[in-house]
Formats: sequence, structure tokens, C-alpha cells
Amino acid sequence: MPIPLLQATGLSCERDERLLFTGVDLAVRAGSLLRVEGPNGAGKTTLLRILAGLHSGYEGEILWCGESVHRVREHFLRNLLYIGHRPGIKPLLTPLENLAALLACHPGSHRDPLEGALEAVELLPFAHMPCHHLSAGQQRRVALARLYLSDEPLWILDEAFTAIDRAGVESLERLLEKRMAAGGAIILTTHHRLSISGAESLDLLAHTGEALAL
Amino acid sequence: MWQFFHKLGSPKWFYGIAGRLLPWFLVPGLLLLLTGIVWGLAFAPPDYLQGNSYRIIYIHVPTAFLAQACYVMMAVAGLVTLVWRMKLADVFVKAVAPVGAVVTFLALFTGAVWGKPTWGTWWIWDARLTSMLILLFLYFGAIALGNAIADEKSAAKAVAVLVLVGVVNIPIIKYSVEWWNTLHQPATLKLTEKPSMPPEMWVPLVLSILGLYLLFGWLACLRMQTEILHRERRARWVQELVE
Amino acid sequence: MSAMQKLPRLTPRQESVPVWPACWAVMRRDLLSSLRQRQDLFNPLLFFVMVVSLFPLGVSPEKAFLREAGAGILWVAALLSTLLSLDHLFRHDFEEGVLEQLLLQPQPLYLIVLTKVVAHWLVTGVPLILMTPVLGIMLQLDGNSIACLCLTLLLGTPVLSFIGAIGAALTLGLRSAGILLSLLVIPLYIPVLIFGTGTVMAAGQGLPTASHFALLGALLVLALTCAPFAAAAALRISVSNS
Repeated sequence: MPIPLLQATGLSCERDERLLFTGVDLAVRAGSLLRVEGPNGAGKTTLLRILAGLHSGYEGEILWCGESVHRVREHFLRNLLYIGHRPGIKPLLTPLENLAALLACHPGSHRDPLEGALEAVELLPFAHMPCHHLSAGQQRRVALARLYLSDEPLWILDEAFTAIDRAGVESLERLLEKRMAAGGAIILTTHHRLSISGAESLDLLAHTGEALAL
Repeated sequence: MWQFFHKLGSPKWFYGIAGRLLPWFLVPGLLLLLTGIVWGLAFAPPDYLQGNSYRIIYIHVPTAFLAQACYVMMAVAGLVTLVWRMKLADVFVKAVAPVGAVVTFLALFTGAVWGKPTWGTWWIWDARLTSMLILLFLYFGAIALGNAIADEKSAAKAVAVLVLVGVVNIPIIKYSVEWWNTLHQPATLKLTEKPSMPPEMWVPLVLSILGLYLLFGWLACLRMQTEILHRERRARWVQELVE
Repeated sequence: MSAMQKLPRLTPRQESVPVWPACWAVMRRDLLSSLRQRQDLFNPLLFFVMVVSLFPLGVSPEKAFLREAGAGILWVAALLSTLLSLDHLFRHDFEEGVLEQLLLQPQPLYLIVLTKVVAHWLVTGVPLILMTPVLGIMLQLDGNSIACLCLTLLLGTPVLSFIGAIGAALTLGLRSAGILLSLLVIPLYIPVLIFGTGTVMAAGQGLPTASHFALLGALLVLALTCAPFAAAAALRISVSNS
């Protein structure tokens, strides 16, 4: 069996004097999708931020391709695409300018024209309009357009489908399936019902830290 | 060695050690400080230039020394926090910062009191006093930042970065302030530059400096114990201790 | 959707990433954002002018006083104006999630922070310097002093931006971040202020100023090399805490 792309063992996290979760083990392999589940406040976002390396207040070990993520951080970042629930879009810039800036920083992404990606998220007519004129869902689509251009094998998507309409969710689901078929690994959280075959899930409720809380 | 280091990092172990150390800091510290101050204030000879008013150095100089040393100690602890993530180092920084601020304030206050008979005014923009004032600002900044961040671990790290930046700046600040001082008022009377001090004068000074350092150690241990109890309040050993 | 079909089988890539295109993109994005939000550009400048005009009104409009105090007034006003503009050095990026993306770039964060500070200085520091001659004339400074003042500001205001970046990064996301930022940063600004005004004073008295400029230059080099490290570390802490 090949080494998982990303593997975490014994993750626990304490925030604001509360044990969010403890003893979380997970492994994502090439071609798999892991959905992190749990009610609001269970620590889904925190777990994803920990995995991406944005949150340092945790205990446990995270391995990238079998090596400690701290040791191979640059390689890890080179191969990671993270979209948080704040989409990372400058409201004063147009979708095209935003995409160009984001892609310049993750240059592995395709050389395909950016317009193609904007067309895929149905934003081509708005390509030259400052993003603050767009709706919340459209701004989110600008960020998601990166997915169509990405060649990073690991995606971490926090609340990926928030504010996206039904048709948009469906086309994203197709994208995720193709991605898995191509050998990409995906970790995501969403409150939508997903219809993707072969998705695994991790329920954070099973890892709450009541036993340790006094 | 590493095991010792590791042990030192454990709050529970330190709590016990600090408890045993407390009297060893307090008793000699008080004795030395009292001896130094009584000797200095009552028995040391008067200064040929400043008469009796110079005697405030037996309080001013120890506090000024400690004020700077305390900031440097905080910076070292901050480095330990950032590099080795030792919990005790954050506890130290948090426990000691207000003490440092108070000591700096005392140094400023005694400096001002000394200024009245020497210069005829409570405050003069003397290089040392000004540097001390800026040091007080640096302490206030560190305390304010620590209080503003709710999460303890983040607060400790942020304060560590700030104190390290501050400690790099202290020599620059001191140099620039001295430079500025010569620019504006050349050749004023320097407070603590004695060409030669007879032993009857400097021995009590050394005693009170040592005494104040020991008392600082005592206060640091005491405050660190309190902070440890607060942080580890959910740990079993603390609950057993309280019961 | 043709893009996805020709996607090769994905494997982690080894080659490292180019740094300069990323820095350029960050610079371009920040400059574009600032230029489209002109108010953010003008407000610190207006503040600068207004603070300077308070001194003749509040202290004395006499020529002798203004000539004596002019350099100090302009320096203090420039310092305060920089302080005000620092608040949104990282704040918008933080709130929009752009900062998270910056932290997850494979390029060294040191360079990214350096780029952002330079971009910030270009839109806030440079206008102050351009405005200084006008205000210098209003404060009765002679031509030589004004030239010297502009040079000290040219060397000094980037130092203010770099040191301020540390404070801005440390106070990111905190309530009442603005006033806290000032508390943290003002003590660190004192050497720059002293050397800046001291240089102009020396020039006014006809003394040689080369060594003074060397000191300012040394401060700039120190700030340029060290401050982005501290600011980068502070950014990681602040983002981790959010």
C-alpha cells in the first residue's frame, strides 16, 4: 500500500480552556476524499487549519509523504491548495487580477488561460468588475476557480460550498470526482449533502474531549 | 543535562523547587538590603560635592540595575519560549514583567527625587533618566500586549517576539539618547559617574544591589508559583494540593 | 472542463518555486488595492499636514521658533502619520483571508513581508516626503535644511514602516489594536526620531552630516534585515490565534 500523502496521528487541540478534540487519526491517500464532520464548534475548521499548518496550538504528529511536515514544509506547501472560509479575495481587484495574484504565488498551477477557469465557475462576464460588486457566492466562486487550474495534489477546502447555489455545487462535485480519479487527495468540510462516490468521513464528535475536561 | 532541562520545564517540579527556594532568597535578600541601606544612609561618609543628597544612590542604583537586568532576563526567557517552547519561560516572563515595570518606576522616581537637590528641579531630560523612561514604556508595551491577547500560548509567544525586538533596540536607544543629550546640553553633572568612590561608599552599594537581586528572585519565584497554580488549575496535582 | 481531462496523474512536485514573480504579484496586488482606495492614500497625508499646522497655532508662529523646531515638528508628524497608516498594513489581508494564503505560500515569508512593507512605504511614506518641502517652507526652514530633512525622511520613514510592521503583525486581530500598536511601537521609534532631527539640526548649524546619514543608513539596513523576520514570526502567531 502506498504511503498516504497526508497522515496525522494522535492530534488533539485545546482552545480557550476547552479540549476541542483528542486522539484524531487520519490518513488521506492519492485519489481519496475525506470529509470532516461534526456540529458547529466541534473543531472542524481548527482541524483543517492545523493540517494546513496555519494553527500551531496542537499536539500530535502530522506527516507529509511519510515525513514530519515541519521538516518538509516547503515541499508540503508547494503541493497544497487551501481555501479557508475567508476566501482570500481582495474586494477592490477584479476576479482576473485576484486569480493572477494567487496563481503567481502557487506557480505549479496550469498555464491554461485564467478565463477558462472563470468560465467554469460562470464568472466570465464579471472578469473585469471589482469583486466587491459581486455577491458572496460569486466571490467564493472566484476563489474556487483556482481549483480548475490547480495541479497541487492535496486540497484542503473549508466550508467549500458555502453560499454556492445548487447547480454550482453539482459542478463542483463533478470536479472533485475527476480530481480523485486523477489521483488528487481532498480534505473538506461542508454542511451540504455530498453525492460523491468513495468519500470517506471522519466524525469529530467521536473525538470530543469530555473524558479529560473537568 | 537534557533531562535536567526537561525537568526544569515541568511546572509541577518547578513549583516544588520554588517553594523550597523561597526562604533562601527572602532571608539573605532582606538582610543584605537592610544592611546596605542602613549603612549607606546612616554611616557612609557624605559626598564632598553633593553632601548627603547622594545617599539616594543606595536605592536608585540597585533599582536602575535591576530594571535593565530584568528586561534582559525576560528577553532570554522569550527566546527560550520561541525556540524550545518551554512552558516555564512564559510563566517567568508573565510573572516578572510587572515587577520590572515597578522597579523601573522606582528608579525613575528616586532619580527625580535626587534631581531636586542636585539640579533644583524634579525632572531633567538627562540621558539616563530618559533611557529609563523609555524602558518603562517598553515594559508597559509588553504588559499591554500580554493582557490584550486572550489565548495564553499566543500571548506568551507574541510578548516573547516583542521583548526580543525591544532588547535589540535597548542599546540603540541608549546610544541615541546619549548622543541626543550631548547635542542639547553638553557637560551637565552626571548622576552616577563618580571618579573614585571610597570603599565605605561602594561596599554598602554592592550589598544593596545583591540584596535587591535576591529579593527579586524571591518575588519572581512567588509570582511564578501563583501563575503555575493558575495555569495548571485543572491538573490533578494542583487539585490535590488545594484540597 | 477540457482542462481536467488532460490532467496528468497527480504526484507531489519536487522542484522549488520561483520567488520573484510571487513578490512582484504581492507588490502589484497591494499597490493596485491602495490606488483604488484613494482615501486610504490621502488620509495619512492630510493628517500629516494638519498635525504640522497645529504647532504654529498651538505654540507660536514666530519665525525663530518655527525655524528652531521645524525639523522636529515635521519628523514627529511624519512618525504619527506612519503610525496611523500602519493599522491597515495587514488588517485587510487578515480579514479577507489573503493573509492565510500568504502564509501558505512556498516562498519565504520573510520576502513576502518585506515586499508588503515596501509597497506600504511607497504609498504612505513617499507622499509624506514629497509633501515635506511645502510644509518646510511654511515652517520657515531654509533650503539647505529642507533638502537635508527630505533626505533624512527618505532614509528614516522606511525604518518606521519596518519597525511598525512588527507592531502591526503583533496586534493583528486584537480589539483596540490601533492604540496598542502605538504603545508598542513609539518607544522603538525614538532612535530614528533622534537621528533624523539631529541630522537636520547639524545641517542647520553648518556642521558636517555624513556621519549622521551613515547612522540613519545603518538603522535602515538593520531594520531591513531584521524586522521582516520578527514581523513574519508575529504574523504566524497572530494567524494561529485567530
